[in-house]
Amino acid sequence: MYPKYDILRWPAKIGRFYIDGFRSMTVGRKLWMLIIIKLIIIFGILKLFFFPDILERDYATDKQRADAVRAMLIDRSR
Amino acid sequence: MNDLMTVVDWSRWQFALTAMYHWLFVPLTLGLSVIVGIMETAYYRTRDPRRLAMTKFWMTLFGINFAVGVATGIILEFEFGTNWSNYSWFVGDIFGAPLAIEGLFAFFMESTFIAIMFFGWNKVSARFHLAATWLTALGASISALWILVANAWMQYPVGMEFDPAQMRNVMDDFWAVALSPVAIHKFFHAVFDGWVLAGVFVCGVSAWLLLKGRRREMAISSIKIGAWTGFIGLVLTIWTGDQSAVDVARVQPMKLAAMEGLYNGSTSQELVAFGILKGGHERLSDADPFHFKIGIPYGLSILANHDPGSFVPGINDIIAGISVNADGDTVSTVSYADRIMLGKKAHEALRAFDSALAAGDSTAMAEARADIKECYPYFGYGYLDSPEEAVPPVGVTFYSFRVMVIAGGYLLLFLLVALWSVYRRPSLWKSRLWLWIAVISVPVVWICSQAGWVTAEVGRQPWIIQDLMPTRAAISAIPAGSVILTFWIFAAVFTALLAAEVTIMIRQINKKEEE
Repeated sequence: MYPKYDILRWPAKIGRFYIDGFRSMTVGRKLWMLIIIKLIIIFGILKLFFFPDILERDYATDKQRADAVRAMLIDRSR
Repeated sequence: MNDLMTVVDWSRWQFALTAMYHWLFVPLTLGLSVIVGIMETAYYRTRDPRRLAMTKFWMTLFGINFAVGVATGIILEFEFGTNWSNYSWFVGDIFGAPLAIEGLFAFFMESTFIAIMFFGWNKVSARFHLAATWLTALGASISALWILVANAWMQYPVGMEFDPAQMRNVMDDFWAVALSPVAIHKFFHAVFDGWVLAGVFVCGVSAWLLLKGRRREMAISSIKIGAWTGFIGLVLTIWTGDQSAVDVARVQPMKLAAMEGLYNGSTSQELVAFGILKGGHERLSDADPFHFKIGIPYGLSILANHDPGSFVPGINDIIAGISVNADGDTVSTVSYADRIMLGKKAHEALRAFDSALAAGDSTAMAEARADIKECYPYFGYGYLDSPEEAVPPVGVTFYSFRVMVIAGGYLLLFLLVALWSVYRRPSLWKSRLWLWIAVISVPVVWICSQAGWVTAEVGRQPWIIQDLMPTRAAISAIPAGSVILTFWIFAAVFTALLAAEVTIMIRQINKKEEE
C-alpha cells in the first residue's frame, strides 16, 4: 500500500535474513571461524607486518614513485 | 646481483606457491557452482525431494571450498606491492582496471548470491533461489574473466602506450586488452577446466560414497551429472587448448619450442608424445636433445598452425629471428642479438629522458620519448646479457606440458567409461576396483590443472611481461631474508588451511544421510 515504507524496512529485512542464516548454520559455523582466523592472519599479520606496499610506504607522491621506478629500471639495465 | 637473484628466485617460488594454492579452490568453485545449478534446476523442474537433497549435499561441499579458498587470491596482490613493486607500477591501470572490476563487481555479485544460496531456502521463492545459484556460478566465472584478462596481458601485452614520465603503461584501448585472443581462449580454457575438475570431483566423491555404502541413489544420479559436465567440459577444454596453442605459436613461439624441447625447427614437425630429455643439452649442439622420444608425425605443425606441412621454429630459429606470422607463414623477424641491442637503446633513451626531465628540457624529453617508443617492443631484452637468457627452463616446461596432456587423456578415457557405464553397465559402479579408480582420479584432475598453469607460467620465463620486463627488473629492492621468511609462513598457513578444508569436507561427505 505504501511502497516507501516497504523500502525503509528492507535493511532490517536483509539484516534479519543474514542473522537467521548464521544462526541456523551447522557446518557453516566452523567455516566462519576458519574464515575469520584466515582473514586475521592475512590482514592483521601478513599485510600489516610482512607485506607493505613498498612504493606507497617509501614515497609520498606518484611523481616520486615514478622517479624511483625509473631510477631502479635504469640501474638494473647497467 | 647474487642477492637480487635470490630475491627473484624466492619471490617466484612464493608467488608460485600462493598461486598454485589459490588454484586448488578456484576451478572447483567454477565447476561445482555449475553442477549445483544443474542439480537445482532438475529439482526446480520436478520438485523431487531426492534432487533437493542431492543439491544441498553438493552445495555444502561447494560452500566449504568457497569458504576456505576465499581471500587466498588477495595474498597475490600483497606480493605485487611488496615483492614486485616495479612491475606493479610499470603495468599501471592495465592490471589495476581488470582487478578492480573483479573486486567491485564480480566478487560482490558472487558473495551476495552465495548468501541467498545458503540462507535463502524457504525464505525466497524457489525460482529466485535458483536464479541466485546460477548468478553465483556466473559471478565466479566473471571473476575469473578479469583475472585471466590481466594474466593474458602479461603474456601478450596490447592496448597500451608506455609513458616514460609516469613510468607506466597507459591503457589506450580497453577492448584490445579485454578481448585479446589470448585472454578469450585462456578464459574459456580455464573455466571449462573447472567443469572437468568439478565433474571428476563429483564422480570421485560419489564413488567414495558407493564404496562406503552410503547415499547410493544420490551417488548414481550425481555421477550422471558430474560425468556429463566433466566430459562436455573436457571436450571444450581440448578445443580451447588447441586455440591457445595457436596463440602461443604466434605470440610466444619460444614457449612452444620449450614445451616441445625443440631446438631446430622444420616443416612437417612431429609432436613429441613422450620423451626423456638429456640434461645440460647445449642449444647449439648437434646432438639429439632426447635420450628417447615417441613422436606423432606432423603433430606439432598441426597443433601450431593447423597445417601439417607448416614450419615450426625451434629455439635456435627464434633466437636467429625466424618465426611464424599470424597467417602461419614463415617470416624473418628481429634476431635476439638485435633485440638485446634495441632494448639497450631503449634504456639509453630512458636515461636521456631522465636527465632531460631533471633539467626541464622539454625538447630533449620529446626526442628521448620518440626513441623509447621506437625500441619499446624490445624494452625487456635490454636487461639480458645474452640470447640464452631468453630461453625458458626447457625441462620443466616440457614435462609439465606432458603431465597435463597425459593426465587429460586419462581423464577423457575415465569420463567416457564413467558415462557409458553409468547408463549401460551400472554394475561397474559396484566394482571396488572401478570405484577406487574413480576416487584416485580426483587428485589426477588437480595435477592436470596445475600442470597446465606450470606450463603457461614457467614457459614464459624470463618474462613477467612478455618482451617488456624480465622478472629480475620487476623485483623490489627488498632483503632476501624477509621473502624467505614469508615463504615459509605461507607454506605453514596454507598447509594448515588445506588440512582444515580436507578434514571438514571429509566429515561432511561421510555424514549419514539423515544428518
